[in-house]
Amino acid sequence: MAYPTDRKYTKEHEWIKVNGASATAGITDYAQESLGDIVFVETPKVGAELAAGKPFGTVESVKAVSDLFAPASGTVTEVNGKLATAPEKVNKDPHGAWMVKFTLKNPGELDALLSAADYEKFVAEEAGH
Amino acid sequence: MSSVEATPIVRRTALNAVHRQMGAKMVEFNGWDMPVEYPASLGGGIIAEHMAVRTGVGIFDVSHMGDIRLAGPQALAAVQHISMNDASRLALGQAQYSALLYAAGTFVDDVIVHRLAENEYLLVINAGTREKDFNWVRDNTRQFDCAVENLSDDFTQIAIQGPKAVNLLQKLTDADLSAVKFYWVTRGRLCGLENILMGRTGYTAEDGFEVYIPADEAISARVWNEILAAGKQFGVVPCGLGARNTLRLEGKLPLYGHEISDTINVWEAGLDRFCKMEKIEFVGRAALEQAKATGVKRVLVGLEMTERGIARDGYKVLDAGGREIGYVTSGSPAPFLKKNIALAYVPIEHSVVGTKVRVEVRGQGVGAVVVPTPFYKRPTKRGFAGS
Repeated sequence: MAYPTDRKYTKEHEWIKVNGASATAGITDYAQESLGDIVFVETPKVGAELAAGKPFGTVESVKAVSDLFAPASGTVTEVNGKLATAPEKVNKDPHGAWMVKFTLKNPGELDALLSAADYEKFVAEEAGH
Repeated sequence: MSSVEATPIVRRTALNAVHRQMGAKMVEFNGWDMPVEYPASLGGGIIAEHMAVRTGVGIFDVSHMGDIRLAGPQALAAVQHISMNDASRLALGQAQYSALLYAAGTFVDDVIVHRLAENEYLLVINAGTREKDFNWVRDNTRQFDCAVENLSDDFTQIAIQGPKAVNLLQKLTDADLSAVKFYWVTRGRLCGLENILMGRTGYTAEDGFEVYIPADEAISARVWNEILAAGKQFGVVPCGLGARNTLRLEGKLPLYGHEISDTINVWEAGLDRFCKMEKIEFVGRAALEQAKATGVKRVLVGLEMTERGIARDGYKVLDAGGREIGYVTSGSPAPFLKKNIALAYVPIEHSVVGTKVRVEVRGQGVGAVVVPTPFYKRPTKRGFAGS
């Protein structure tokens, strides 16, 4: 799977796509593949504060419960309500099925995140391990 | 750290390489490296595997299960002493669900007892309790003229489960499977192997068979692949432990370490109908008699979530006022029923069907209700509804 180069990635398997002062985040193909059939996505409410590296929501598959970690700090402006009734979209289109949109508090935080190429290398090591 | 940690030795079934080659997602389960689900490209994924078993057929490698053989002039007396069901009722070739109990009336393990011959019984036991069970059986049968053998490593055990299981397996054997009732066994040629034990048993709350073939890697791989090939016309799907768990949960089949354990007794677990108190003696009987007289305080109930949230193993059960009253033993989305369900221990006064409770999910009490169990019961056909 080629990871889109228009965004950055965390070692906790979230992606973040920046558009000016706002950002969109979701989980990666590797994350959905490891979780299996996703049946539940819990996102924060509009207005909630995200802190980089801290949990902001939960994603559950049939088998497992997993925290969502904020790729950067900011304030939630929109959540993807479709995932409440159709969480399987995350399996089908992980890089399209976004979870939250938020305004960035500190864009400098993004420098610490991985590029698509580095993330691909990172998951290859995780998978091979 | 001052203590030396023992390196766990992960065990592999004879089909391990086959699972890996198929791209199965592997997990450690009770010390075994087992497939949890197969790739979507093979029809896999927990939900798809679960649905295949409910509506068609799926196959599972369950070779991690253990097998103990008791044989000799006093084999029946030995089995009667160590198990709670009544093995004297078993005809040749018949099997029954039963359990091995401690003197306290709590569980060593649950088992399927098969009567293979006049004085020969086979106990099929859980993976995580193999050594414990074997030692316990050996230690508790010393007074009987009966040999106890651990055959756990001798077999590859494959479960073929689902309404189409009988059609699939019949293509590969000369045994007349239509004559084998639920919880009976037969022997016959299977994929060219002679005298193979095939039981109409399983752990999916569905019709199906479990076959016991030699634990040789090449033979095991050949049989596994022949079953998959023969099942193509029925849409057979290879299934992992993920679907095995959701299937057994829908059918309220207990899992050791969850619904049953060394701290839970037979009455609490609701397994009364498999415990024959009319037998004069068996290990655990006296304590169970006492427990019945004292009264059961907590029982296993089925819960269905009425609000958005999934109950998971170990989550707390709260009463309507938010007071902790019990805990979830197994909880999951139920793929066939399309509900979030759970099994839980609660005080008897909260166990009536319709009682509203809450399950604590990440600090929040999420609404749930006590429902009748099993959650799922397969449609009965020609009278083998099972027991």
